[in-house]
Amino acid sequence: MKLKKLLALGLALLAPSLAPLTATAQDGGPLRIEITEGVIEPLPFAVPTFQAETGSAAPYADEITRVIAADLSGTGLFREIPSSAFVSNVTNFAAPVQFADWKAINSQALITGAVAENGGQITVKFRVYDVFSGTELGQGLQYTGTVDGIRRIAHQVADTVYSRITGESGYFDSRVIYVSESGPKNARRKRLAIMDYDGANVKYLTDSESLVLAPRFSKDGSRVLYTSYETGQPQIYVLDVASANRQSLGTGGGNMAFSPRFSPDGTSIIFSLEQGGNSDIYRMGVNGGAPQQLTNSPAIETAPSFSPDGSRIVFESDRSGTQQLYVMSASGGEAQRISFGPGRYGTPVWSPRGDLVAFTKQNAGRFHIGVMRTDGSEERLLTASFLDEGPTWSPNGRVIMFTRESQGEAGAPALYSVDISGRNLRRVPTPDGGSDPSWGPLQN
Amino acid sequence: MKKITIAALLIGAVALSACSNNRFNGAGDDAASAAGMAGSASDPNSPAYFNQTIGDRVLFAVDQSTLSTEAEAVLTQQATWLGNNPAYSAIIEGHADEQGTREYNVALGARRASAVQGFLIERGVAPNRLKTVSYGKERPLAICSEESCYAQNRRAVTVLAAGAGT
Repeated sequence: MKLKKLLALGLALLAPSLAPLTATAQDGGPLRIEITEGVIEPLPFAVPTFQAETGSAAPYADEITRVIAADLSGTGLFREIPSSAFVSNVTNFAAPVQFADWKAINSQALITGAVAENGGQITVKFRVYDVFSGTELGQGLQYTGTVDGIRRIAHQVADTVYSRITGESGYFDSRVIYVSESGPKNARRKRLAIMDYDGANVKYLTDSESLVLAPRFSKDGSRVLYTSYETGQPQIYVLDVASANRQSLGTGGGNMAFSPRFSPDGTSIIFSLEQGGNSDIYRMGVNGGAPQQLTNSPAIETAPSFSPDGSRIVFESDRSGTQQLYVMSASGGEAQRISFGPGRYGTPVWSPRGDLVAFTKQNAGRFHIGVMRTDGSEERLLTASFLDEGPTWSPNGRVIMFTRESQGEAGAPALYSVDISGRNLRRVPTPDGGSDPSWGPLQN
Repeated sequence: MKKITIAALLIGAVALSACSNNRFNGAGDDAASAAGMAGSASDPNSPAYFNQTIGDRVLFAVDQSTLSTEAEAVLTQQATWLGNNPAYSAIIEGHADEQGTREYNVALGARRASAVQGFLIERGVAPNRLKTVSYGKERPLAICSEESCYAQNRRAVTVLAAGAGT
């Protein structure tokens, strides 16, 4: 069985009957049919420490190899074979691979590489092999960067490996903006922070003087919308990620404005505006102008999110009496209810593939992160806890990150991620508490 | 007006942290005296009387913004006090408990603040003396994860500010 086919089978198992996942999975119908449950066996791979081609490169080669291994293992789709199990090692990047030695330890994939450092410039070369067929997957490739950016280079390598094996784009060379939280529960201090998807390289973008909520990346990752109380009223701001300069969008006038998101083309925003205690959804240009009202009901309408093609908006409303999910045209008008299960549904987010909506569900005293098709069918709950909320999609639509808050007086928020199959639940490490993640695009 | 708003918010912080021991007390105490908020709770025209004797807050049922009979009784007295003390305006803060999503709770807190504002206006307080803000679930007063705490957090607080309004 070919490597790619094997993993395609794994992916199909991870999300039975949801999205078509890879070309192979679509073509290889027989692999996907009939099996709706099963134990997922992660694909074993070996990544011998990359060769140091210059004397100074050894520590970088080591770190890059570790980051690649962590990225791949962290997906839950791959399992790293420890170097202690290796029969032989790779001592020369250019020499032919001894496939028998890697077959012997059942390593389905092998990643080899070499790292050079010259004047602060890092060059990484690498190759990916399908051990059992004895062939190389794709061509050898090389990435360059600076010493400061070696984690990014490693993420780019891992994205390429992931993509060659699964047929999907990866998500490792991406960043997440979130709210860093510190202090006791009744005097929380919140500030915006940005980090790599795996929790590395945290930087703070605002101070903690004003309460901030729910930052949202633009599709290109250059700007962030968020809600701040710095005037005393919740108002919407846009922040340039590179410069950390921010400006008020003047959305609210004297009223409360919150829950903003960019349109996919980045030229307009949708948000909630409160008037006389009632919240409706509005749209306006990022450069100002009169807000256009998209919903008009005495119910709470909030948490709007565009479809990737910008034609539709999913949002939550309690017009039926409880919080439920609705889809309407991007120009407003009639909305279709899509959530019908027991409990309350909120914070819908359209997947980057366009096929699913992720949401928060409250039912019987528990919170869940879930996904459903955009017509509301095939609802699947992925998590359950005292308080899970606020999903955000990985750039490839395979993983969801969200806020999980623990219970009680010492309760604190943390970031978690989970596969859209509900497997591979992981805590994303942050220096303080973390909430309201927004996952940005692949940077390369 | 800007200055007054800031003072009012700081006073709000004091009111909210009255039964807790947090770091904001120091700054808030200064702001309170600066804004002329001192006074005895036995003086019916004092802010202390408003906050303690009448009660500066009303509570709500789960996911509701309807005023209870008890809430209306408190707000009727608040309206009378505001009628007798035209030198004060107020910011009404709406809050929610932690059982709900963040955005929804901001909207729910806005409903609650607006319900209080509407009642006070009905009882004769000039609309330009009353502002509203919602903190959603961001500023809980009681921090346990049980109904005894949630009930205190589902509130709207009328925070007095020195100034006759805009």
